[in-house]
Amino acid sequence: MSESILSQSSAHQKRFRAEKRFKALSMMALLLAASFLVFFFYDIISKGASAMQQAEVLVDVHYNQESLDNYNKAVESPINKLVSRGYLRTLPLKMKDHPELLGTTVQEWVVLDSDIDQYLKGKPNRLKAKHKKLVDELVTVGAIQLNFNSGFFTNGDSKMPELAGIKSATIGSLYLLFITMIVALPIGVMTALYLEEYAPDNRLTQVIEVNINNLAAIPSILFGLLGLAIFISFFGTPRSSALTGGLTLALMTLPVIIISARAALRAVPGSIREAAVGLGASRWQTIWHHVLPLAFPGILTGSIIGLAQAMGETAPLLIIGMMAYVPDSPGGFLDAATVLPAQIYTWTGESIRAYSERAAAGILVLLAILLSLNGLAVWLRKRFETRW
Amino acid sequence: MNRKLIAIASVATICASAGVAQARDQINIVGSSTVYPFASYVAEELGATTHFKTPVIESTGSGGGMKLFCEGDGLDTPDITNASRRMKDKELTLCESNGVKSITEVVIGFDGIVIAQNNKNGAINLTRNELLMAVAAEVPSKDGKSLVANPYQYWDQINASLPHRKIVFYGPPTSSGTRDAFEDLVMKHLTKHMDVYTALYHADKEKNKKYKKYKTIRTDGVYVPAGENDNLIVQKLLKDESAFGIFGYSFYEENIERLSAANVEGVSPQPSAISSGEYPVSRSLYFYIKNSHINQIKGMTDYVNLFLNEKMIGEGGNLSDIGLIPLPKAERDASRARFANHTQVTMDDLKSKK
Repeated sequence: MSESILSQSSAHQKRFRAEKRFKALSMMALLLAASFLVFFFYDIISKGASAMQQAEVLVDVHYNQESLDNYNKAVESPINKLVSRGYLRTLPLKMKDHPELLGTTVQEWVVLDSDIDQYLKGKPNRLKAKHKKLVDELVTVGAIQLNFNSGFFTNGDSKMPELAGIKSATIGSLYLLFITMIVALPIGVMTALYLEEYAPDNRLTQVIEVNINNLAAIPSILFGLLGLAIFISFFGTPRSSALTGGLTLALMTLPVIIISARAALRAVPGSIREAAVGLGASRWQTIWHHVLPLAFPGILTGSIIGLAQAMGETAPLLIIGMMAYVPDSPGGFLDAATVLPAQIYTWTGESIRAYSERAAAGILVLLAILLSLNGLAVWLRKRFETRW
Repeated sequence: MNRKLIAIASVATICASAGVAQARDQINIVGSSTVYPFASYVAEELGATTHFKTPVIESTGSGGGMKLFCEGDGLDTPDITNASRRMKDKELTLCESNGVKSITEVVIGFDGIVIAQNNKNGAINLTRNELLMAVAAEVPSKDGKSLVANPYQYWDQINASLPHRKIVFYGPPTSSGTRDAFEDLVMKHLTKHMDVYTALYHADKEKNKKYKKYKTIRTDGVYVPAGENDNLIVQKLLKDESAFGIFGYSFYEENIERLSAANVEGVSPQPSAISSGEYPVSRSLYFYIKNSHINQIKGMTDYVNLFLNEKMIGEGGNLSDIGLIPLPKAERDASRARFANHTQVTMDDLKSKK
């Protein structure tokens, strides 16, 4: 017997080769997945990095009666042809609101038109030859340079690429996430608690369980239709509002939270419950004092992953009118809002090519947020997990 | 007990505040994705230069916009809908039956539909008939007496003077207004006068309704619906040199150094030719205003006046920089007058002229 194990029989060699092939195949699968990921990151970072900088010019801005009547006069010619019109047009209103500015001249860094920005970054642009010359001259004296693009984080959407930013979309995303969290988390955890701790194991609860698992796998766009029917048509919540969006996403996230919360509750050993009951604790005390605190890290991890998924979701929001042009940050839950992924989608559809770098930068921001959320989930699990 | 009260109170507050949302101070606009860039440009201008809130604009497509717009007259419905085609009489009927009695129609400019290609190709001139033969699902047979499934794979099969180049189109999907316009201006324009199609309709009006104005585009892989994102079509044209793409003028203008446009009937899609109507594949852009909302929503009059200002829709105006093709001066004045008088659009208007 022992001889046959050691001998290099052909069957043995065959099995050995098969083993090697299998290992190589699985490694190739991993390599393929990794190379897709590397390609994706390379593509997005190389496209999006340039959006972190924005061409600006150091000029004297004249606040006076003349520029109140015609905002192009606020910056001297010919530099005013290079400055973003989106900046100049706001000056008259600024002067009306702050009359003390009238008669003053302020030297400041002013945002330039996207064509100049793209020209300095070596990207396709439609800058006229005479303006190119002017830009080159100003660059050599240091009056024009690429500065950190803080506007990308402090502006809302704009039809002028140089002014377009992610602020309103980010705030919209936060509003939505807040609603989703306060609705889905308690309902999800309570459902899981009932199903795990109280519900009898009968036909009805089995049907419910199958349905919850099914709901978690339903294409997300269907939740958009559900949200449209329930919240907008029946309850009359305003279209495009953060409230409607958050509630819709809460519907979508519920099954994920229920499933992960149930798994976390199930992982708490029965002996804990028995010990508590044995010492005279009521059911409620058992759950509240012992089971829930032990299951909490698991519940939290699952919920964070569910919320991260909701944050990247676009399809259901399309149906309830959140794929809209909303440059103002929402001031409340009933104001029109848009979200980061919707903002990225809108930018990729713009005809002006300077938007493509903004879209890529938006993707980077979204990725960073999702990565940190998932990182937080991993950290919480590592930090608080109890092993039995 | 206390906690219960708080919970009930907070639920009640959310419900109540949802009800209050009816009174709003922000203009709501829906409609065509072709008009969307122009409308949002003006909306941003309104937000940046006045104390009014920036209007919210949702790009739903012309048809989707009409449906939302005509849902009712209450303040929970949109105030304005954009359209890349005229309102249909069916849509006006729907509006009226839902209580939207008074609507003003405003024409803002033109959009040319460009048949674009990679600029590595030489200049090419196509007629509408050649385009029809290239994209229709069924075309007249060699003897011209019956219809056959489209056999053409190369342009020189349609017309010997065209190059031996594979026929490939990347164009908008069925949901798009651009596709509607292409079907109307190229296909229906010809097929409604071609006996080989209409004879079938007259033979059996019930069954062969589609042959009255035939506009079915082939689905054998020659015409590839490329989604609503026109940037995608541009990308395809850069890879596939033999292909043509169908999209609005503004996307062509933005990519002018790497794409060239086919002349249609000998006319190149220049703004002047589109504006004069000389370039055959062009259409008007509209928006429709709910007159009952004008005095209830702050800033409506300001928004429309800003839109119709010469600085916006005029020659060399801001919107022409982003691809809108201006109307002739007289028509711009007419648009402004219609809004100033809140002229109501009637069924006769929609039926009379194109």
